[in-house]
Amino acid sequence: MSKQADIIISEHEANEGSFRNYVSGFVLSIFLTLGAYLMVVHHSFSADKIVAAIVGLALCQFLVQMLFFLHLGKETKPRWKLFVLLFMIVIVLILVFGSIWIMNNLNYRMTPEQINTYLNNQGGGF
Amino acid sequence: MDYFAGVLGKLNTHVFPTDKVTLGAAISIILGGLLALAFLTYTKRWKWLWKEWLTSVDPKRIGVMYIIVGLLMLLRGLVDALMMRAQQATSVGTSHGVVSVSTFQQLFSAHGTIMIFFMAMGLMFGLINLVVPMMIGSRDVAFPFMNLTSFWLFAAGMILINLSLGIGQFSAAGWLAYPPLSELRFSPGVGVDYWIWSLQIAGIGSLLSGINFFVTIIKMRCRGMNLMKMPLFVWSVLCTNLLIMFAFPILTVTLTLLFLDRTMGMHFFTSGFGGNPMMYVNLIWAWGHPEVYILILPAFGIYSEVVATFSRKRLFGYTSMVWALAAITILSFSVWLHHFFTMGAGADVNGFFGIMTMVIAIPTGVKIFNWLATMFRGRIHFASPMYWFMGFVGLFTVGGVAGVVMSVPPADFQLHNSLFLVAHFHTMIVGGVVFGYLAGITYWFPKIFGFRLNERLGKWSFWCWFIGFLLAFIPLYILGLMGATRRIDHYSASLGWQPLFIVSAIGAAIIAVGVGIFILQIIVSIFKRKDNIDYTGDPWNGRTLEWSIPSPAPSYNFAIEPVVSSRDPFWESKHLSKDVQPEVPHYKSITMPKNSSIAPIIGALSVAFGFGMIWHVWWLTIISLVAVIVSIIIRLSDDNTDYVIPASQVEKIELSYKEKRALAPKEKYA
Amino acid sequence: MSEAANPAISLEKSNADQTKNAKTLFGFWVYIMTDCVLFASLFATYAVLHRNTFGGPSGETLFSLPNVLAETLMLLTSSFTCGLGILAARAKHKNKVLFWFLVTFVLGAGFLFLELTEFRHLVITGNSWRRSGFLSAFFTLVGTHGLHISIGLLWLAVLLAKITSKGLSKNNLRQLTLFSIFWHFLDIIWIFIFTIVYLMGALGK
Repeated sequence: MSKQADIIISEHEANEGSFRNYVSGFVLSIFLTLGAYLMVVHHSFSADKIVAAIVGLALCQFLVQMLFFLHLGKETKPRWKLFVLLFMIVIVLILVFGSIWIMNNLNYRMTPEQINTYLNNQGGGF
Repeated sequence: MDYFAGVLGKLNTHVFPTDKVTLGAAISIILGGLLALAFLTYTKRWKWLWKEWLTSVDPKRIGVMYIIVGLLMLLRGLVDALMMRAQQATSVGTSHGVVSVSTFQQLFSAHGTIMIFFMAMGLMFGLINLVVPMMIGSRDVAFPFMNLTSFWLFAAGMILINLSLGIGQFSAAGWLAYPPLSELRFSPGVGVDYWIWSLQIAGIGSLLSGINFFVTIIKMRCRGMNLMKMPLFVWSVLCTNLLIMFAFPILTVTLTLLFLDRTMGMHFFTSGFGGNPMMYVNLIWAWGHPEVYILILPAFGIYSEVVATFSRKRLFGYTSMVWALAAITILSFSVWLHHFFTMGAGADVNGFFGIMTMVIAIPTGVKIFNWLATMFRGRIHFASPMYWFMGFVGLFTVGGVAGVVMSVPPADFQLHNSLFLVAHFHTMIVGGVVFGYLAGITYWFPKIFGFRLNERLGKWSFWCWFIGFLLAFIPLYILGLMGATRRIDHYSASLGWQPLFIVSAIGAAIIAVGVGIFILQIIVSIFKRKDNIDYTGDPWNGRTLEWSIPSPAPSYNFAIEPVVSSRDPFWESKHLSKDVQPEVPHYKSITMPKNSSIAPIIGALSVAFGFGMIWHVWWLTIISLVAVIVSIIIRLSDDNTDYVIPASQVEKIELSYKEKRALAPKEKYA
Repeated sequence: MSEAANPAISLEKSNADQTKNAKTLFGFWVYIMTDCVLFASLFATYAVLHRNTFGGPSGETLFSLPNVLAETLMLLTSSFTCGLGILAARAKHKNKVLFWFLVTFVLGAGFLFLELTEFRHLVITGNSWRRSGFLSAFFTLVGTHGLHISIGLLWLAVLLAKITSKGLSKNNLRQLTLFSIFWHFLDIIWIFIFTIVYLMGALGK
């Protein structure tokens, strides 16, 4: 009975963060946001490299906000919230990148010219 | 007239059906409904119905309501099927069969939609509600109010799809409504909108249920029941809920995008302005493939319980069964392209998904072998649930192999959208899903109602289903290989297909007899219930916790929360003296959730919302949406949602069950 | 023996409350995960359709980055003030709670205002959701996020009203926690919209 109570109480604590957590998360997020923004606005290197950089920065900010705002690291075992989060991430990656791969591949049997003609001749709108 | 045009949206006097078939169907449903209402009034049961059933948050009650709706929808879908078989058996050469082209198109669209979303999902959620809390030693689900709301959202979707029979028309775009056919230009009527909204509303109910039962299983298992001690049915439901939670949002989005195309002039799937109809196919099957695993996994769980109980033997290979479920769960998100091999992807994409499709057959095979190994050297008792299992084993294996044939993309290029495909998926759904759910209903019926179903009628029903299925679908496998496509309402006589279609129609009629006998079984068993009373709560010599409580189960399930230390805890307690309940019970008062009238109100408002969206009656939409939000706010502000059953009353109830047990005849198991 | 007088029953009741908290918090987290899949479907659709401008302007021309930066910083700050509000709630400071969540509300409303202004400008200049697949996908993805923000603001308003009248009861505290999870998650989704839709759009990708 008391073991159950301990589990309940520590689950409750798992949701708590400290003032330091929130401030760190906030400051880090500002830097990550401004960093990405400035990179794009100044366009100092090639577009592809910038894309890789801003995606990386976005993933970092995702992690920062998960840890500092949503207190993901503080969950006690069994880590069910983490499990569903990871499962969701796997599904999302499959869905998004799978869809992009599939939909691009549907032009497999068309030449670039044919694709262009198709895209430019879209009348109607039904 | 103009003034009213705004108020009533697209509604006018021409929305009622004019062709005899649809009119006949609508009138029968209305008459049936009126009969039910008259019966309720005559027997003065309105208050009883409202208090004991419609507002009850007891998952056992909610489960029965789901099953009743599911069985009703089975009847509706069956009638659609019979008409299709009649059409295809007679519409050859100069004859044009029994229904018009547009009716036929609505028939196959309604048949698929109703069977998947309302029959199969209904029976599934019904059995999950009935059994899971008891199996994990819990008194309730995690979120009882949300559970009832989910049922009412499901019912609202069912009501909308049936309204389409009498007001307006249903979709003629198939059960998945591919664009551009389902876009406004080619489906200007309200049919596709009925399809969108009944599924959208029911889908939200399903998503909420998925979350509910996932949390229930994770957080509300009784003491001692760690994950690897859960019954296999609970494992299968856990995996199913993962699938529901992560697949249904995709459906929600896809239906919304189609709605936005049709109603707000957007261009997601249009054939111009930068739309891409193929993206719809991609998204709908990214949901659709997990959906079929959502349907089958609980059936697999039921078979695990049934086979172990009626072989009087522990399930063989528990750990591998769990891993197989986990593998199927994760793999089911990686095969969806096999539904559109022919859409134009290259060999690498087609090849990848073809291989993944073959891979996912492997864990299923593991399960089949484990069930057979469970039976090996068991003391098998062929009660009617075992009949359903035996029918499943043969049919599902054959149908599954047909699926592996089609997983080879070049083969699929010949077989895609042929009757071979139709035969394959019906084998899986009827042979796998439906047989499993019918077995489950038979198996757990006594726990809910306190008496068993008539065994003889149950077995006759099985034989009609099984033989009828073979006669109905083997011809379709053959026709598919001969080049017959699906959804055809007429074909030329020179093809020589008619004899096979006639055999198929006869098979369908035999299935209909099987359905009739199943319903008859329920009615006869109710009238003759005194002959089949379940005195002890354990009519089948069961293994899991639900058999340790009386039948019919009390609202709180367990007077004393059980503590388990092994798998098959009830079996162990019966045969190895590892008790799940203490010898001298010390009863405490029990807190249970109160009924909720807000849930059915939300259901009714959802019907109004959907109807308004379909017919563009915007004031109705806005008012009902606001009312739903207000209802939710009212419910969330309610601090007084529980009631207490005092210990003395618990003791009285348990004592009355003890007295009933004492009446049991010596020889227990049939 | 009355329930209130018996300490064993009160302990059971407080255990029951904490179990209810644990279940509800976990259940809500799980719902948030499903909402992520919803957004993922919209992102997938946007990814597939974003080049389909049907001869019209692309994001490169249409997006105003300074506006987007303002929105982003507002939403991020509101996520931060939401966190401060939760800390105040743990410490049971009712007035601080009301203050920080009011700031959160104002910042959220400001975000919504900027977004609606952007939408309005696009519609007026003939670039509504009816123009192309790209714009349909853009309005739906960003609009769904905005709809979630609106629902969040409605929820917060109702919550603040309840706290003003009934104080920091158990139910209200639980709802505040749920709201904060929802609000933080909306900011996280925005990170991806900001990066993938606006920044990558501005680069012509």
